Amino acid sequence: MSARREVWITGVGLVSAVGEGLDQHWDKLMAGGAPSYDDKTFAPYITFPAVPLNLDTQIPKKGDQRQMEAWQRIGVYAAGVALADAGIAKNAEILDKADMIVAAGGGERDVAVDAAILTDVRKSNKREAFVNERLMSDLRPTLFLAQLPNLLAGNISLVHGVVGSSRTFMGEEASGVDALRVAHARIAAGQSELTLVGGAYNGTRWDLVLLFRLGTPLLEGQFKPVWDRGPEGALTLAAMGAFLVMESREHAEKRGAKPLARLASVQSSRNLRKAGESEKTLREEFDAIASSVKKDSAVIISGASGAEPATSEEKKVLAETGLPVRATATHIGNGMEAQFLANIALGCQAVRKGTLFPPSGSGDTGSAPAQGISQALVTSVGHWRGEGLALIERVD
Amino acid sequence: MAASRRDSKGRPVVAVTGMGIVTPLGTGKVDNWKKLTAGESGIRTITRFPTDGLRTTIAGAVDHVFEQGMHSAALSEKLARLAGTEAIAESGIGSKGNFPGPFFLAFPPIEIEWPQRFALANASGANDKIEYGDLVRAATKSEFRSFYEESKYGVVPDNLAEHFGTQGSPISLTTACASGATAIQLGLEAIQRGECDAALAIGADGSITAESVVRFSLLSALSTNNTSPQGASRPFSKNRDGFVLAEGAAALVLENYDHAVARGAKILAIVEGVGEKADNFHRTRSSPDGKPVISCMRNALADAGVTPADVDYINAHGTSTPENDKMEYLGVSTVFGDHLKNIPISSNKSMVGHTLTAAGAIEAVVSALTIINQRIPPTINYAVPDPAIPLDVVPNVARDAKVRRVISNSFGFGGQNTCLVLTGDLA
Repeated sequence: MSARREVWITGVGLVSAVGEGLDQHWDKLMAGGAPSYDDKTFAPYITFPAVPLNLDTQIPKKGDQRQMEAWQRIGVYAAGVALADAGIAKNAEILDKADMIVAAGGGERDVAVDAAILTDVRKSNKREAFVNERLMSDLRPTLFLAQLPNLLAGNISLVHGVVGSSRTFMGEEASGVDALRVAHARIAAGQSELTLVGGAYNGTRWDLVLLFRLGTPLLEGQFKPVWDRGPEGALTLAAMGAFLVMESREHAEKRGAKPLARLASVQSSRNLRKAGESEKTLREEFDAIASSVKKDSAVIISGASGAEPATSEEKKVLAETGLPVRATATHIGNGMEAQFLANIALGCQAVRKGTLFPPSGSGDTGSAPAQGISQALVTSVGHWRGEGLALIERVD
Repeated sequence: MAASRRDSKGRPVVAVTGMGIVTPLGTGKVDNWKKLTAGESGIRTITRFPTDGLRTTIAGAVDHVFEQGMHSAALSEKLARLAGTEAIAESGIGSKGNFPGPFFLAFPPIEIEWPQRFALANASGANDKIEYGDLVRAATKSEFRSFYEESKYGVVPDNLAEHFGTQGSPISLTTACASGATAIQLGLEAIQRGECDAALAIGADGSITAESVVRFSLLSALSTNNTSPQGASRPFSKNRDGFVLAEGAAALVLENYDHAVARGAKILAIVEGVGEKADNFHRTRSSPDGKPVISCMRNALADAGVTPADVDYINAHGTSTPENDKMEYLGVSTVFGDHLKNIPISSNKSMVGHTLTAAGAIEAVVSALTIINQRIPPTINYAVPDPAIPLDVVPNVARDAKVRRVISNSFGFGGQNTCLVLTGDLA
């Protein structure tokens, strides 16, 4: 394969509870203040709904909007913003060859249909047959298309015309890390010139509150930063969409595109999350890039999830680096497949602006270096799996 | 040391050194090949769950693998283990529980299923109207913790990574009906980049439930030929009326050719090229001009550095839906032109049904077996040819033939298309 090439991030689309777009995110985060969580809709659990979007700007056909559920609409919207930010929206020549890797979870169920069936089935003495008949008559035929993970990518092809290739990775936080890693590796090796990579998630829905509550504590009562949620830890499910346009430096320069940042490296790892394993993995990932890190001008954007003991283990390793740290999930919640990509987007903004928002909680430390920020190290320590570390650099 | 082998693009050559397969026809290459070349059908009346009220009551369920009470995740994982174990044993690579490379798993999206919802509803104590909030209250009970593990996307790939001892973070993926081929493609690319000498690619799907049948029925995608299960999947026939849902798995050990040769491994096939092209026409329908599918096949041939005249056999996507088969004909007739009359094209789905996420991997294994055995499995149930799609579909009976190179097509819902080009060992 050809020698490794430089990989630039040339466009970002970001949607979360904080806002939409990098600048709005940064302005709001820099201003400080209480996170925009919702403690009513799924009480007693706290969630982070996305800000309202003017969908028509990115998904002009109402018919397209109707064929999607919220997670897809958020993702297709964010993807459109990223393409526009990179200056390639509607550029058929580039989009025809553009590759795409999406990290996606499952689509939402029709909770009203589920609840009605569960209520009514108790009057039936043939439970399975009753469910069959009700599903056949009550499910919207197109709901399936809003449930299939690969239909986020399918909708991006349809709405935005990205058709070079289309791959969808699954598996919570890890899938976002691997999507970025594979996209980076393919461009660096000359297997792709330009890749749209991203993820979207809508955790503000009952079927996912149910799924996660079955196995993981969700934050309830008083809001607390991710670092300080007690020995059991807790998540705050969120709605989030994050897309990045990544391309080879050559490809970007040829079309006159300016980089938001350089993506220097991406690592992903796996461990079984036995006590101390997240700490060990993260330390190994930091060691692997130690020689590239500029100690006086690097910062850490942490993907700490609030799950324990992983979050405490991460806090320990990050403190050892001596670098300034900010955890974003305190502000944007847990967006699973989209989380790492959202943090990459925020890392781009940190190196562009040279600033860091105010700390929140015991693991947020330090402040932006006076001489500016040359590098952002973005971690992923997912709520269950999903270990990763990326290095983003300012392009001077 | 021998000079390293490179392909027409200067990339490392990627060999297949191990293969495993499970379909409704049986477990393992020997059994499957025997039945595929005998023209047997694995489609049956569904017995796993009551089918009252369903429009379609037939499927290619892996009843010989299913165990009572298995959730889709557990069945799919078992299928992946069976296929992966066969493939790794054949390749002889690594050691037990230590596969020296990354893992790419094509896997169906899984979720909480109805038996679990019933259990939560019962435990909620709600006696009037049941709402999701009631289920969530019951969810805090530790007895339901397993539901979480059975319904989270990351769990099965992680279990399998642990079982096979693959390296790094396992990648699970979906590109709908092209997923199995995408898993192979990701492994191929990782080896071409020089990241690894070997990769494990598995496609597995054991997700036939009443609700999955309902979902595809509501999209009018399934055959309703319930009275004749074995005759229901009729790719390229005039009276085809939809696909038949099926389950199965296939695994391929992909390996840098030099690495395989150096350790004395048997080369089963070469993955010579892969092509992709997404479709932006419609969520479930292919572009009527066939352009994405045409580009996909052309991309695969170009990636392999070969021309249409170099292809001896097409392993069709061939789902048996009215639309796919027509569109696939348009695609192959455009790409292969006059040469098409010399190329047999058959659909394994006529016998196996449509294994969705697993199909691309299963058909890659069958393509390799076709090259190894120089024998082409038939398209069965071909009684009423469709005059609009004149193809040599290897009707009903297997055929001996000189097969040096195969293109295997996979076209997915959501417009995700992937084609693989396979050949035999390097001359």
